[in-house]
Amino acid sequence: MRMFVFATRNTKEILRDPLNLAFGLGFPLVLIILLSAIQANIPVALFEIRHLTPGITVFGLSFMSLFSATLISKDRGSSLLQRLYTTPLSPVDFILGYALPIIPITLAQSIVCYAAAIVLGLNITVNILYAILFIVPISILYIALGLLCGSVLNDKQAGGVCGALLTNLSAWLSGVWFDLNLVGGTFKKIAYALPFVHAVDMQRAVLSGNFGDIFPHMWWVLGYAAILLILAILMFLRQMRKH
Amino acid sequence: MDAIVIQNLSKKYFNTVAVDALNLRVLQGELFSLLGVNGAGKTTTIKMLCGLTAPTGGDAFLNGKSIITDTAAVKSFIAVSPQETAVAPGLTVRENLELICGIYGFTKEIQKQKIDELTELLGLQNVINVKAGRLSGGYQRKVSIAMALICEPEILFLDEPTLGLDVLARSDLWDIIRSLKGKITIILTTHYMEEAEALSDRIAIMKDGKLLICDTAQNIKTKANTDNFEQAFIRIVKGDGL
Repeated sequence: MRMFVFATRNTKEILRDPLNLAFGLGFPLVLIILLSAIQANIPVALFEIRHLTPGITVFGLSFMSLFSATLISKDRGSSLLQRLYTTPLSPVDFILGYALPIIPITLAQSIVCYAAAIVLGLNITVNILYAILFIVPISILYIALGLLCGSVLNDKQAGGVCGALLTNLSAWLSGVWFDLNLVGGTFKKIAYALPFVHAVDMQRAVLSGNFGDIFPHMWWVLGYAAILLILAILMFLRQMRKH
Repeated sequence: MDAIVIQNLSKKYFNTVAVDALNLRVLQGELFSLLGVNGAGKTTTIKMLCGLTAPTGGDAFLNGKSIITDTAAVKSFIAVSPQETAVAPGLTVRENLELICGIYGFTKEIQKQKIDELTELLGLQNVINVKAGRLSGGYQRKVSIAMALICEPEILFLDEPTLGLDVLARSDLWDIIRSLKGKITIILTTHYMEEAEALSDRIAIMKDGKLLICDTAQNIKTKANTDNFEQAFIRIVKGDGL
């Protein structure tokens, strides 16, 4: 119950920031429309709506890391967390209270992206529903990244790391903007050692109905999500003790 | 009856002793002030009493509960108004108060009743639906104190409650603090000597983590051989007073 009270507060703080809405919902939407327009004039297989939408949907999740990292680091920077640490809220309440509100926001973001894609010509199939559901394990990965950054960085650093570095990493190393085979070599190896491209490949497999192809990508995503989540919890508890 | 019993409470950070074997007793319903220059150990003492920082030595008992072994119980009957304003900026004043009520598990009816009472006591009726982040410093401080009071704590820690407030806002807060005297135990830290003198039942003066004196304002002045409390504080801290 206490956790839900805290989670509700965090949801309100995130959704009441107009910049969050602009980046979280507006930016992925603009990208889908813009790249579809480019595709209409200069056809590129990568930007076909069935390839593009899963990638943009995953890319949009990097903003969720930014939202959660910024909220946590701002709370740490103010005295609000200090006050809340003296209340009966437990460490579990804090961690779930920060993490859980992001999941419905990611689902809403995915629904908006797929709705826009349908308008732009994506065939309506039940796989869209599955693709939206498969966003949940991927969102845990990005939430863990946000929790981790928010626990160790101040709000300016969190903005820089999650807003600039993570969004760029998530973009360049995910195969959304260009085919990684075109670069190949070490770049491709690094990309496939990280979870971003696996998340996109998993989404593409689900949307196309090739459920056998979600593996091994899902293991990469879940593996990274588990490691980052454990690390994030440890770091959060560490800063909680330091407070 | 004692609300707080502090026994040899100590805190060391590497080679720095922030609080050095502090012993104190605070009575129930007492308004007790902790004074000292910067680095005296006041805030560290409060952080240990609230369970925010673990002591490196000694213990303290709040209403008989140890801050080391019974932290959860201690947190259930204390409240803190930190030095900096501690409000959720994106929430309205009402939502900030509802947040704390929700954490303490109050029903909707009790929430409404407590919010109505406190907004009237603190003069927050006109800003109840305004986002806390948009309020002036004085109003934010009032909201912060309201958030501490709404859970009806048995022991309230006020860390520099009037810091940065104008004369009128400070006077208002003094009235509010006076209205709480005798009902709950209040631990106040402040840099304003006149504030400590005007409000406190007893005052403790700390320096370098050690307790220099603990008595009423009048007795402290008498012991320091002066009629001026600020002068008494300076003499005691400089070691000229006793």
